[in-house]
Amino acid sequence: MERASSVPAIAGRRRLGLRRAARFGYRTKRRAFICGGLLLPLLYFVGVRLYPILYSFDVSFREWELLSPEKPFVGLANYESLLGDPDFLRSVANTLYYVAAGVPAQLATGLAVALLLRRIGRLRGLYRAAYFIPYITSIVAVSWVFRWILMKNGVLNGLLLKLGLDAQPLLYSTSQAIHLVLATMVWQSVGFQMLVFLAGLENIPKEYEEAASIDGAGAWRRFFGVTLPLLRPVVLFSAVIAGIGYLQSFAQVLNMTSGGPLNSTSSIVLRVYDMAFKSFDMGRASAATVILFVLILALTLIQWKALNRKIEH
Amino acid sequence: MNRKRSYAVIPAVLLVLSASLAACGGKNGAESSSSSSEPSAASATSPASGGSSAPASASPSAAASGKKVSIEYWQYEFPAKVELIDELIKQFEEKHPNIDVKQTNFPYDQYNQKVATLVPAGKGPDVINLYYGWLPKYVSSGYLQPLPEEAFPAADIEKEYFPFVQTAKLGGKYYALPTGVRTLALFYNKDLFAKAGLTQPPATWQELVDDAKKLTEKDANGQFVVEGFAWEPGSQLHHWFRDGLLYQAGGKDTSDDRRKLLWKDSPAGLEAFKYLVDFAKEHKVGINGVFNDDANAFKTGHAAINVDGSYRLGSLKDAPGLNYAIAPLPAYKDKSTQASFWANAIPSTVKGDKLEAAAEFLKFLTSPEVQEQWVEKTGELPAKQEVALQEKYANDEKLGPFISQLPYAKSHFFVDETQERTLFVEAVDQVLLKNVPVEKAFDELTEKTQKLYDEYWAKQDKK
Repeated sequence: MERASSVPAIAGRRRLGLRRAARFGYRTKRRAFICGGLLLPLLYFVGVRLYPILYSFDVSFREWELLSPEKPFVGLANYESLLGDPDFLRSVANTLYYVAAGVPAQLATGLAVALLLRRIGRLRGLYRAAYFIPYITSIVAVSWVFRWILMKNGVLNGLLLKLGLDAQPLLYSTSQAIHLVLATMVWQSVGFQMLVFLAGLENIPKEYEEAASIDGAGAWRRFFGVTLPLLRPVVLFSAVIAGIGYLQSFAQVLNMTSGGPLNSTSSIVLRVYDMAFKSFDMGRASAATVILFVLILALTLIQWKALNRKIEH
Repeated sequence: MNRKRSYAVIPAVLLVLSASLAACGGKNGAESSSSSSEPSAASATSPASGGSSAPASASPSAAASGKKVSIEYWQYEFPAKVELIDELIKQFEEKHPNIDVKQTNFPYDQYNQKVATLVPAGKGPDVINLYYGWLPKYVSSGYLQPLPEEAFPAADIEKEYFPFVQTAKLGGKYYALPTGVRTLALFYNKDLFAKAGLTQPPATWQELVDDAKKLTEKDANGQFVVEGFAWEPGSQLHHWFRDGLLYQAGGKDTSDDRRKLLWKDSPAGLEAFKYLVDFAKEHKVGINGVFNDDANAFKTGHAAINVDGSYRLGSLKDAPGLNYAIAPLPAYKDKSTQASFWANAIPSTVKGDKLEAAAEFLKFLTSPEVQEQWVEKTGELPAKQEVALQEKYANDEKLGPFISQLPYAKSHFFVDETQERTLFVEAVDQVLLKNVPVEKAFDELTEKTQKLYDEYWAKQDKK
């Protein structure tokens, strides 16, 4: 009954719409279509992304035990307890190290590999694939392979001993472990970075470099004077993406060291995971994600300011 | 100019926003993985609950009592246990034609997460299998109800079960009962023992140290070829300390009301801690992080002795060349070992007919007949004394040593197992990596663990 009555209504509306569209012309119609099309992902974004974030802000102000029926509002208590927790502060410091050392390392190695690969004529595809394969390999698998290589009587220590050096504690050392975990992360992302820079390099017209070379600029001069400035948008993009990636350091840490020894490798996300899913303390875990959110926001704005100066040729 | 710049910020903020969303990956990612499978679990549960809430669906064949009751059983995904429960449900339904039992499983590493997400959402089971270490959190959250007193009188439980099952007694009431339990014992490699000229497994603390030294083999570079004693604090050794060494040295774990750690109330605590650390620090007969871990070192013949649980027997079956045997843990002033178990509990939301049916099912699961099937199919030890101490089990070459320790086994009351374990590993690392004196590391360990207890009890007392 209802349906029957609604059919002519829809038809009527549609007819009306058509007439109006005809009146407003093709341009308006197209704009309406585009807006309508864009609305769907926006709704999805708000519902699946934005709402959970705002929700986790709320959770962070509560004493929210996953199982407990009451979730009382406690103001900033979760933040206070986090900022007074040396283990959490250690994980923040570690995470900042992952970013500060990881981003430049990834960009530099990625760029170096891309520049070298551009010079190679033969077997280029093979080399590209070889560098790219780690990126598409499961992080857990990579972490475990490195863990085995780096265990106390693993391959690396075997090599060191063969060279007549002392065996090292590696992943079981509070001073060495964090660098090894970071190296694993960088190793795995070099392939992606290389690809981004290769694409960026393709976009630089050959004429610029040729002109510079005619003007008598050497290879270094050409690189720092021409290539690198023209790559700035790519560098910015990479720095933002890599920075966010290292701020989220998690899977390698969990699988290689679980944050140890003595918290020397733990990252913010690992702490969040432990608080939320081992201790079920969702309130504190959410507070930690909000802190991470602020860090990411700050980092991105800094990078934006520093690298997004107008490019002048 | 200003305006232009403010526009430029918009995409930046959007980017950051979406990035930070991704940044929550650790947490939200894990969360979404649970919520993504939630619908399937929910849809799996709904037919059962739907069937039970509609008495009209009662089959005419149901007994005089009338309606048919459906209950749901939850346990983690462990093939041997899942198959056995399926089989047991059949047996149970034959005896109780008006009760319908449905089993739901989750993977082990997500189990707690699933339970914690689905249960508060009201999609709960009627009988749930929980690790005993989680019970305090579940009970303090008001999620479990005490087992019905008439079906499970406390006096009977204490008479029939091994004493460590009392860990499931909270606030004077039993909340869960196990079918099968596990204990720690000494695994030793008979070939390596023969090679070192040893004929008997070590029975005392001193013998364990002496034997481990004799069994240790290192190459020219000082690297382990064979560990005399596999040493991995984060695996089972922290259990060995709390429920084994501590009592063996004449100490006690907690006060009777479980509010206070007694590790420092006698010299036993420090003595036990030092004894454990010294295997790596002084005697250097084993170390963490070699051959991957203790279990792997033992399995591949690179460790002569390992302290491990009865659950390891299954995985050692695929090392056919390994000639090993089991012995009770070495004793000192006293004997003790760690016992742990998964126990069946009834959520607080279960009422009326369902509660009766759940109690009936729980009674069945803990019955001697089922415990016998359980030990044969899963390798877990019977929780009831009369079943476990039968000759056929007590004299079993592999199970015997585990079972013989059951009467004096202990189960530590965990307020937060992960954190308590982490604290222990950190204390050991302090000594090993930072050369912190053993006394100081042990003081800090006790202090920090006590703090976890205080926080737990503060929350309890507030309720």
